[in-house]
Amino acid sequence: MTKLLTAHFDEPMLHELETFRRLGGYEGLKKALALGREKVVEEVKRSNLRGLGGAGFPAGMKWSTVPSQAQDPGPRYVVVNCDESEPGCFKDRVLVTRAPHALIEGLLVAMYAVDSEQGFIFIRGEYGVQHRILQKALSEARAAGLIPAPSSIDLMRGGGAYISGLDTALLETMEGKKAWPRQPPPFPTAKGLLGRPTVVNNVETLCMVPHIVLKGGDWFAKLGTAKSGGTFLFSISGHVERPGVYEFPMGTPLKEILAAAGGVKGGRKLKAVIPGGVSTPVLTADELDTPMDFEGPRAKGTFLGAGGVIVLDETADMVMVAHNIERFLAHESCGQCTPCRQGSYWHERILERGLSGGGTAEDLATLERAGENITGKVICALGDTVGVVTRALMKKFPEDFKARFPERRG
Amino acid sequence: MAKTIKFRLDGTAVEALEGETVLEAAERAGLRIPHYCWHKALGNPGNCRMCVVEVEGAPKPQAACRLPAKEGLVVRSASPASRRAQSAALELHLVDHPLDCPVCDQAGECGLQDYYMDIGRYPSAMREDKAHAAKRVPVGPHIMLDQERCILCTRCARFVSQVSKSHELGIFGRGHNEAVALVPGRVLDNPYSGCLADVCPVGALTDRDFRFQVRVWYLDGADSVCPGCSRGCGIRVHTSTRRPWHNKGRRLARLKPRFTEVNGHWICDEGRYGYADFDTDRLGKVMRLKDPSAELGWDVVCDEVAVAIRQGMLKDPAGLAVVASGGLSNEDWRAFRSLFVDALKLERFLFAPEPDQVGEQDELLRRRDKVPNLEGGKAAGFGTQIKSLDWDGLAGEIESGKVWGLYVVDRDPVKVWGERGRALAEGLSLLVCQGPRKGLTGGLAHYRLPATDWLEEAGSFTNFQGQVQTYLPALKPLGAARPDWDIFSALEKAVNG
Repeated sequence: MTKLLTAHFDEPMLHELETFRRLGGYEGLKKALALGREKVVEEVKRSNLRGLGGAGFPAGMKWSTVPSQAQDPGPRYVVVNCDESEPGCFKDRVLVTRAPHALIEGLLVAMYAVDSEQGFIFIRGEYGVQHRILQKALSEARAAGLIPAPSSIDLMRGGGAYISGLDTALLETMEGKKAWPRQPPPFPTAKGLLGRPTVVNNVETLCMVPHIVLKGGDWFAKLGTAKSGGTFLFSISGHVERPGVYEFPMGTPLKEILAAAGGVKGGRKLKAVIPGGVSTPVLTADELDTPMDFEGPRAKGTFLGAGGVIVLDETADMVMVAHNIERFLAHESCGQCTPCRQGSYWHERILERGLSGGGTAEDLATLERAGENITGKVICALGDTVGVVTRALMKKFPEDFKARFPERRG
Repeated sequence: MAKTIKFRLDGTAVEALEGETVLEAAERAGLRIPHYCWHKALGNPGNCRMCVVEVEGAPKPQAACRLPAKEGLVVRSASPASRRAQSAALELHLVDHPLDCPVCDQAGECGLQDYYMDIGRYPSAMREDKAHAAKRVPVGPHIMLDQERCILCTRCARFVSQVSKSHELGIFGRGHNEAVALVPGRVLDNPYSGCLADVCPVGALTDRDFRFQVRVWYLDGADSVCPGCSRGCGIRVHTSTRRPWHNKGRRLARLKPRFTEVNGHWICDEGRYGYADFDTDRLGKVMRLKDPSAELGWDVVCDEVAVAIRQGMLKDPAGLAVVASGGLSNEDWRAFRSLFVDALKLERFLFAPEPDQVGEQDELLRRRDKVPNLEGGKAAGFGTQIKSLDWDGLAGEIESGKVWGLYVVDRDPVKVWGERGRALAEGLSLLVCQGPRKGLTGGLAHYRLPATDWLEEAGSFTNFQGQVQTYLPALKPLGAARPDWDIFSALEKAVNG
């Protein structure tokens, strides 16, 4: 099975420049500089590389919407989104810990492709160790002349808000403001950081880029499915025997992915799988044949997200799951728009009352209606999630909810 | 001429200017789409989600305040689906709202109440305990903050950052713990802080001066112009006369900004709160105060004053001086000129500002001259052809006997002259005091003629830019008071006799 990003994870010193280079690192950058900007963007477009931070926006398309220096002279930026905060996702952490140079190489290729001299790596505040690893890797790369002046890559550390993982909120944070998502248009590629054209890419997306440059877009596209090229890292957690990060080609059935992680823990029965991190609607045990690319889960009403597969066995109470997720969302709601700010906290309290024995059947109707009223009427995806997640759990596991929210008289 | 864009809103053809959003174009066309966070002068953050509308061809509802008007767009803001979405947004605004309308000063002019009656009217589904936050926080000399009632539309934070540029308020915290609060160490005391009670669409920021004085549905209103400085801001005057036991008996309840080209949406605190004593020290009776003192009718007093002026002028035609104010309306100035310049041919005038009629000026609205109509006086020749005496000069001429009589219009020279004021007044053989308030001069005058103040008359002021603006009466005159121009005309008739 083809592995791109995790191929050399068995090498103990992969995080050091010397080892990384010995194993073929920075060859992609060398080739990119030889190919020329247009050709690099063209190859990435052909590769069907999608935005692997969860949104799935075609990466090559994003790059090609950056206006040229002739159209919009002045600085432009490439920002790496390493604010991995989605519960259930930890692939970026592993990538940065094990192979920081893969990210730096990908970022340098991206900066070259969009004619940018300034790259930023925005890393989650809680990733202290990874921050130090990147600092060291960057100084190694600088010393080795891999980031020639006037190019520069700077590292920024987040303040601990989940919402900063959303590209426009991340840009606001970088500008020193509250992490309140912007409402495009204009999109960051037109007006991003400090009002300048900005490409925001996820860590994993950029790590893929050197492989595409080296082996060609067509080769990469063939690894995956029709619209999602290459491989994908799944962070598997929950009730499984061997939780961890697993690399599979796009479109691998969920069943195979779970099997690789050793199946359900303790031989218990599988109840549900959250496929892409807590903000993606749940799949039942009957939906394990779902092909895991950007299109497969969508057909089942959910999303690939950032590949945070959370496995829940028969002991899980779905009302508790819903409460756990809504409590998280209420805590992390940025507070900018009313439906999300108020709706998430309302959800949390209703579910909490259900858990403490005070739920009634009317509450389910309220949750259903409130959820519907939030989704699609908010500024960003966090708000959409508030309405979607609980409703999906209610729809697929009605017995759990009926038990906590029974019909009552009087 | 900017290009116009045509689109349809609820079946009506609407023309938008290039760059306008659907909500802006609708508002300009007089069509209403519910909204809280959008304010014409404060931008469209799109956070309240009240203006969600159906757009033909769009998969989900759009926020009209963020939706650029496009040619041929078909928008439905009043369709059942749009109304449901708006009502849902309102329900979420009210989830943790304390619903303390009976004790809330905003009741009657509250965005939450208004939209609930327009598009809400749903039964409450909220069964949880309401979230609590700080109430009755005096954030500044004029404004009281109630965080529980706040819907976090951020208008106030945008006002202090974009308009007053004083940055006292911010949005702190996150999610349901988010709140509007003072920036640590600051007090909301910028010269425009009263505007925050206006921009707040709910009862979160209320006016400390007006709180609990009158329920807003007992107020009457009239359009007027602020006389506080030479800017001439448009104001809406709110009066309380139906229930005299409210508002501590004061007739003037509050002043609110009225949108005009001159002042935009704002007025300053000096103007807004400068009239708390509007009804104190008022004149309502026509009085003769030298022996024998008596209340007179207007005919009698005009004759007596005319005779006194004529007799004095027989001896010394230049010895009568007039003190007038930049607070006179254009109509007053015309009648003033007709009486004192054309009929009586007087030479000594004083219309220099009193020391406290000069104050602070800034780039937003406030002007240095704290009287409304110096320009109107100039148009009548005062300050241009006719030069003004100064206060010391006039006092000197009274002391040296060059001036034997003084006609005072809406001024208080005795107060300006301080310690020597009483002696100066007593040295005059004729002192006429005309105006809405008695002051120190009124107590020493030989004749006291009650005039209306600006809120009791119609008229016009010319501001420092030459803009003429009319104001309408908001209150009835007190007692026998008449407008200044009316008194001048009557007196002119008597003088010409």
